[in-house]
Amino acid sequence: MMKRTFIALLLALLYISLAAGLAQAQGSQPNPPSDDAVNAIAKGLYCPVCENIPLDVCGTQACVQWRELIREKLAQGWGEARIKQYFVNQYGDRVLATPPARGFNWLVYLVPPLAILAGAYILFRAFSIWRAKAPQAAASIERPGLAQGDEYIRRLEEELNKR
Amino acid sequence: MIGNLGYGALVITFLISLYGVGAAIYGVRRNAPAWVDSARNAMLLTFPLLSLTAASIIYLLVSGSYEFEYVASVTSNSMPLYLRVTALWGGQAGSLVFWTWLMSAFASAVTLRKWDRDREFLPWVIVVSLLTLAFFLILIIFLENPFARIWRVPLGNPVVAMFPPAGAELLVQTDGQGLNPLLRHPGMIIHPPMLYLGFVSFVIPYAFAIAALVTGRSDDRWIRITRRWTLVAWLFLSLGLILGGRWAYDVLGWGGYWGWDPVEIAAFMPWLTGTAFLHSVMIQEKRGMLKHWNMVLVILTYDLVIFGTFLTRSGVLSSVHAFAQSAIGPLFFSFIGLTFIVSLSLLLRRWNELKSEAYLTSWFSREALFLLNNLLFMGILVVCFWGVIFPLISELITGQKLTVSSTFYEPATGPLFAGLLLLMGIAPLAAWRHSTMKTLGRAVWKPFSVSLAVLALILVAGIRQPAALLGFWLSAFVAAVTLYEFWRGALARHRKSDESLPLALWRLAGRNRRRYGGYVIHLGVVLMAIGVIGIEIFQSETQATIGQGEQISLGNYTLRYDSLATFDTPDGRNVARAVVSVYKGGSYIGELYPRRDYYYESQQPMTIPGVRSTWEDDFYVLLVDWQPVSTVGATFRVYHNPLVNWMWTGGIIFILGTLVAAWPDRDPEPAAVRIRRPRLASLEARG
Repeated sequence: MMKRTFIALLLALLYISLAAGLAQAQGSQPNPPSDDAVNAIAKGLYCPVCENIPLDVCGTQACVQWRELIREKLAQGWGEARIKQYFVNQYGDRVLATPPARGFNWLVYLVPPLAILAGAYILFRAFSIWRAKAPQAAASIERPGLAQGDEYIRRLEEELNKR
Repeated sequence: MIGNLGYGALVITFLISLYGVGAAIYGVRRNAPAWVDSARNAMLLTFPLLSLTAASIIYLLVSGSYEFEYVASVTSNSMPLYLRVTALWGGQAGSLVFWTWLMSAFASAVTLRKWDRDREFLPWVIVVSLLTLAFFLILIIFLENPFARIWRVPLGNPVVAMFPPAGAELLVQTDGQGLNPLLRHPGMIIHPPMLYLGFVSFVIPYAFAIAALVTGRSDDRWIRITRRWTLVAWLFLSLGLILGGRWAYDVLGWGGYWGWDPVEIAAFMPWLTGTAFLHSVMIQEKRGMLKHWNMVLVILTYDLVIFGTFLTRSGVLSSVHAFAQSAIGPLFFSFIGLTFIVSLSLLLRRWNELKSEAYLTSWFSREALFLLNNLLFMGILVVCFWGVIFPLISELITGQKLTVSSTFYEPATGPLFAGLLLLMGIAPLAAWRHSTMKTLGRAVWKPFSVSLAVLALILVAGIRQPAALLGFWLSAFVAAVTLYEFWRGALARHRKSDESLPLALWRLAGRNRRRYGGYVIHLGVVLMAIGVIGIEIFQSETQATIGQGEQISLGNYTLRYDSLATFDTPDGRNVARAVVSVYKGGSYIGELYPRRDYYYESQQPMTIPGVRSTWEDDFYVLLVDWQPVSTVGATFRVYHNPLVNWMWTGGIIFILGTLVAAWPDRDPEPAAVRIRRPRLASLEARG
């Protein structure tokens, strides 16, 4: 029992000295970090309980604790990426504002642009087919004498607008 | 007693709805008008019955009958009367009853009007409306019963049931949990009914569309009948969305108006398809084209309305488990799937009869630009739908829960919204049918030049962010085009008649309210866009803990913490209210009172901002935290939200424009539409 406690203490000391060393090496964060520094990171995190509420504005006690944790990590000299990774390791990818772009998650980024491109293609095809089906009408607007055409359009619009 | 009365009325309404569906179908099939009339009476009877149900719930809410689980969950002794009444839509069960009541009112109004004129359609309108009603009544009666009571059973926990379990006694409570504090706000009292009115009124165009498909009417009669309904539906939905945004800004305490939450998106999606429909329907009216597409849009809108109703209150999309555990989720999805498949099958059956009467002849014609507008609306819809549904799919397939937030939606939809603004500028200047690059260029160059001048001014003012420059330029372009259209029309009329310019403008708009109402809506959108650009691109914020007399600075503003008081209120709140002085450019401009309300009953806090609002910007202060001894310090979060007021003003103009467009004509069937083709023919002969 004593031996185990001793090893645990030794490991803890080792960890603290390593962390302190790292913090000193990075040495970028002022101590204590400002609320704005905490919120800048919290803005991109979501706790698993308060769905769809960014951590920086969530008022629940759990989220207050998370923000304090961010502050502690910042004080230890951790960077944004490392802090986010810490929360991901603890709670999974759902803490991130958007799914990380890998594997199955690629679908969330690929489907909308592909669907829109497909829609644009269908529309383009439909335009082409319609124009082909109305060759005479299409030809008529390519005839010279467009000034007369303008007058026609004006009158047409006018007629349509009359009640 | 009252509970049983309300429940009985619900059950009878359900049975009557089923009878009405059967009678209408039988009457049409057997050509028996008496049966159709009977179905109509059934439809009309649902309204008083559901009114009785709604009145019963309100009575229970007001009288504090806490033995009813719904009453106990949404009201409490400390709530004022108006909140107890509006608690009807404060929870899922009551909301569903409210939905059916509105649905019944609208469907009854349809059947009361023009019964003889639209006799061909109305039996099928009744069938669709009553089936929709019956589905919601099933949900209410079997799954979300507002009349279920809480029973004390001999062994185990209390049971919630309509009828007493064996040996059970009624559990009479003296107080309830109270309404969610977030819902105790004037915005939230009006917002859900507006949204629901929008949702419900979109059922009517869908019902007529299905009636047209069933009866095989391939013309645009169903569109002409429902044009005003669609506009009214759109008006309410828009109003609901704007009020929701305002409520979020005033109550949710995060300095914004739209958080891309699935519940918000659920209400936004039918608005997107509805807006696309409002535009593309014009192509069918003017050119007899896109009949299939309009059907698809109205079907999509209907199913998104059902989806939205489901999502707004249930929250089951938050996880696969919540979805699987709730009986309501699979039922909703089955209903949406079923109505979608049946509607599309009907459309496919009539596919050949709905062929276009004309074809697209020019890439730059107004109909082509409207189609592009539809593509962009559909693009935004895809982004929204996929973003809402993807976490569920991910959890189902990979077991991994995910969050899809504004950082996904904003970059994805931003360019699409910008594209819509551009089209809003170009399309009004493009002529129907014939339009070339040259004619369009000739019409566009004047407003385009004005917009470039505005862009130059903005550059001179020192704005350099590309997204802001693009957004402001597009807004200026649309505004210039729209005002130019008003000017051009009024001037032409003024020259032709003796009317003064303002009178010419008034009469012009009055004679073609739909067109000019639409332009007013466009102007509203421009103002809203300016507000959105202001807050999205130029918002700045800071947070700090300061002692009494200390200051926080943000941009040109300075906030000084003066004092803080905490006190209890008679309606069950503990209020912590700070007093801060605000300075702009060193000059004192006033006090603000950000506060935190803590509701004892629900143990929920609510952050109410202190806001100083001007046309230029909003200074928005939140009280985040405080020490019991105020001299020690309090934490404030401060936002500077430029131009956000433009958004609310734009919202009001938007709604006014919709009112102009939807205002009833003396003759409900405009002559211009009725005699469209002969006129065109005569013009073509002359041209």
